[in-house]
Amino acid sequence: MRVVRVATLARVLSGRALARMLVVGALALPLTLLAADQGKTPPKPTPPPSRVVQITIDKVAFADAPTGIKVGDTIEWVNKDIFDHTATSRGGLWDVPVPAGKKVRVVMKKIGSLEYYCKLHPNMTGTIVVGR
Amino acid sequence: MFRNLSTAVVLSISTVGVLAQSAKPTDPQIAHIAYTAGQLDIEGAQQALQMSKNADVRAFAEQMVKDHTAVSKMALDLCKKLGVTPEDNDTSKSLTKAAAAKRAELAKLSGAAFDKAYIQNEVAYHKTVNGALETAPIPSTSNAELKSLLQTGLKMFKGHQQHAEHAATLVK
Repeated sequence: MRVVRVATLARVLSGRALARMLVVGALALPLTLLAADQGKTPPKPTPPPSRVVQITIDKVAFADAPTGIKVGDTIEWVNKDIFDHTATSRGGLWDVPVPAGKKVRVVMKKIGSLEYYCKLHPNMTGTIVVGR
Repeated sequence: MFRNLSTAVVLSISTVGVLAQSAKPTDPQIAHIAYTAGQLDIEGAQQALQMSKNADVRAFAEQMVKDHTAVSKMALDLCKKLGVTPEDNDTSKSLTKAAAAKRAELAKLSGAAFDKAYIQNEVAYHKTVNGALETAPIPSTSNAELKSLLQTGLKMFKGHQQHAEHAATLVK
């Protein structure tokens, strides 16, 4: 009986030890690769990653657009209303339906203070300031 | 002739505003007015969808059916939740009477004449309802949720007015 118990314990322990070794190994590998990479090539100047910025539509109104939006960022309109809307640029830059309960994305490609409205409810207006 | 008829309808609907101002409506009456105003616009839109072949007019009418059906459902759901039974009243009756008269008048028209008269009436109708909602029911509403729904409804109605004004420039 006692012999069996010891054997089981040994198996459990060895299982844990194996798991620990695997975890340490997994952590060590990327660190090694990173060190090797840093030694070889100088870091490249990468452009800041483009972001997805949400603008909520609720109770027949666009929420204010956040500041700091840059060219290449994506605006995602989130329509929480039970009514269909559109996001339509006054300058003809974009014109997308934003159906009730849906999300719609548009990439900002031009800098400026860009005014837009809803074609179905033209009293809904907004401005997105896009910088470099 | 159209102008005279439209003026007559606008005048008759204007009395609704006066009625609404003179007696402070109760919440069940306000709920009825808001619901009626939406239903009447749906009926007008259904008439337009039967009679018009103009793409702009049809798109506008389809939106009216969709938007007002959605807001009517919200209103009825809220009434159910609050235990409010919408109560018929003089303002609702006047709106219904004026709308029935307008539909009968529009039924005699066809083609471009119908399109023009329908859109013009939509501008006038939304303007009147907006004015009536702003002056009496919304300030009188005691329940906060009903008030919030009416305010959303008003923004939607104002949007429809502007949309109708734009559509009116397309069906000249």
